[in-house]
Amino acid sequence: MADVVKKATRESYGEALAALGDKYENLYVLDADLAAATKTGIFKKKFPERFFDCGIAEANMMGVAAGLAATGKIPFASTFAMFASGRAFEIVRNSIGYPHLNVKIGATHAGISVGEDGATHQCNEDIALMRTIPGMTIINPADDVEARAAVEAAILHDGPVYMRFGRLAVPVFNDPAAYKFELGKGIKLRDGKDIAIVATGLMVNEAIEAAKVLEAEGISATVINIHTIKPIDEEIIVEAAKTTGLVLTVEEHSIIGGLGSAVCDVLAAKLPTKVIKIGVNDEFGHSGPAVDLLKEFGLCADNIVKTAKAAIAAK
Amino acid sequence: MDATIKKQLEITACKVRLGIIEGVFNAKSGHPGGSLSIADMLTYLYFAKMNVYPDKPDEPSRDRFVLSKGHTAPALYSVLAEKGFFPKDELKSLRHIGALLQGHPCIHIPGVDMSSGSLGQGISAACGMALSGKISNSTYKVYTVLGDGEIEEGQVWEAAMFAAHYKLDNLVAVVDNNGLQIDGKISDVMSPYPIKEKFEAFGWHAIEIDAHDFDAIEAAFNEAETVSGQPVVIIQKSVKGKGVSFMENQVGWHGTAPNKEQYDQAVSELTAKLNELEG
Repeated sequence: MADVVKKATRESYGEALAALGDKYENLYVLDADLAAATKTGIFKKKFPERFFDCGIAEANMMGVAAGLAATGKIPFASTFAMFASGRAFEIVRNSIGYPHLNVKIGATHAGISVGEDGATHQCNEDIALMRTIPGMTIINPADDVEARAAVEAAILHDGPVYMRFGRLAVPVFNDPAAYKFELGKGIKLRDGKDIAIVATGLMVNEAIEAAKVLEAEGISATVINIHTIKPIDEEIIVEAAKTTGLVLTVEEHSIIGGLGSAVCDVLAAKLPTKVIKIGVNDEFGHSGPAVDLLKEFGLCADNIVKTAKAAIAAK
Repeated sequence: MDATIKKQLEITACKVRLGIIEGVFNAKSGHPGGSLSIADMLTYLYFAKMNVYPDKPDEPSRDRFVLSKGHTAPALYSVLAEKGFFPKDELKSLRHIGALLQGHPCIHIPGVDMSSGSLGQGISAACGMALSGKISNSTYKVYTVLGDGEIEEGQVWEAAMFAAHYKLDNLVAVVDNNGLQIDGKISDVMSPYPIKEKFEAFGWHAIEIDAHDFDAIEAAFNEAETVSGQPVVIIQKSVKGKGVSFMENQVGWHGTAPNKEQYDQAVSELTAKLNELEG
């Protein structure tokens, strides 16, 4: 098997900003002393006059972004997911969400795949927090191809957008020539009848791998990539639930308030269906290599296979 | 300041104060004390300083104003109504269901440049607007008014650092130093003093004035215009509740609406003052 190309979506974010800077002259980038890590440094190098470091002051950065947007600029405010959604939550709510300003939040280092830095920096709550803000769009891309497309989609969307990127290099599985990003539309990657695996972000590739294993064992699984968590594609979820009668959600995020909850919200109202959630259970992460942590927390193809089989057996 | 202009500003400020009382009384809630303490400053800004256009409130070249101490929205609304951004009658439905005028400033109200009210946030947005002006070589200025209690918020000092770092000399912040916050005197609750020295240490040009003297206000803004490469802060020593005798310097009037009797008295005092000015 040929070597799989791997890339962290934070790299895609930084490169996409730099690539799109020529096309969108109104694009400005803010960071909070993490340009080397969020990869906005790539943009800074190309467009130094359109990059503003706000120092280690995320609350003010979000407010500055609001002011830039209120005067017609398109600012990308970048920092780790923990600080963008956690520390700055109330500024994002009141200074960006409430006035519905055209601010794009680039949140990197999301989830436990942050790795060695441990629980303080492993944000498993950001999707839950951002979902509660009226009018906030949330995008959680799965790989390099999708992440790049998401950045441009965010620019073209008028309104606040929260984008979630990872630190860990992950397989690039989308074909750049064929890939099309549609805001608010899920992507069906496989059609099956026994179970629907609905995944987001870094877990999409794991879901695909799991479906291949299941197929070899005679189980056919639908796989859906939900890159836009809000507004969520209700139609694709209801249809998958109708076809399979069993839904398994997979996300590198708390099982409280994230993709799993969003899917349950849809199905509870439209088509009550059994939903099993794989995610970070109600606990903090800890230090360790990212790949080992993902395995330990069950955020891997092996656990998706195991959980899917058990769920189908209990059908 | 020219005596005629000064008198006209005093008359307008008196009408603004009447509007504040009208709004808060009809809302049966709100913040009269800190609204009255900034009435002169807002009157000066909107009637003698800022380039704003009531018939085209979104004109890109306009000066921007952010009421960082957003709870004193009645003062902003009263000034905007007086200036003609919306009918004065709107003040009577302040805070009511379905009303244009929300409890705290909302960007969708004509003339309001930024939603605010959660303390400490407005100054950051003002910094963003000022930075934006610098980027685009625009000539507009950005003004923001903060409370003296508000500057206890850490975000204010993040913004203060930012404004000086990026040399935002198109930004003027006013700190309304009325000395009182909800729980009592600011010096007892959590002293922000010395305010001037703090801003100076953060790289700002600081000016101290009497908040209720239009000559002093004008002089401060004239001085601000000579400053280059630095943001300017005007610390105005004010009287909370200014203009209504029983509200002056009373912490209890931070967030309480007057009853009918108190409303009548406030209106009677302000009307007498207005009549005296209009002579």
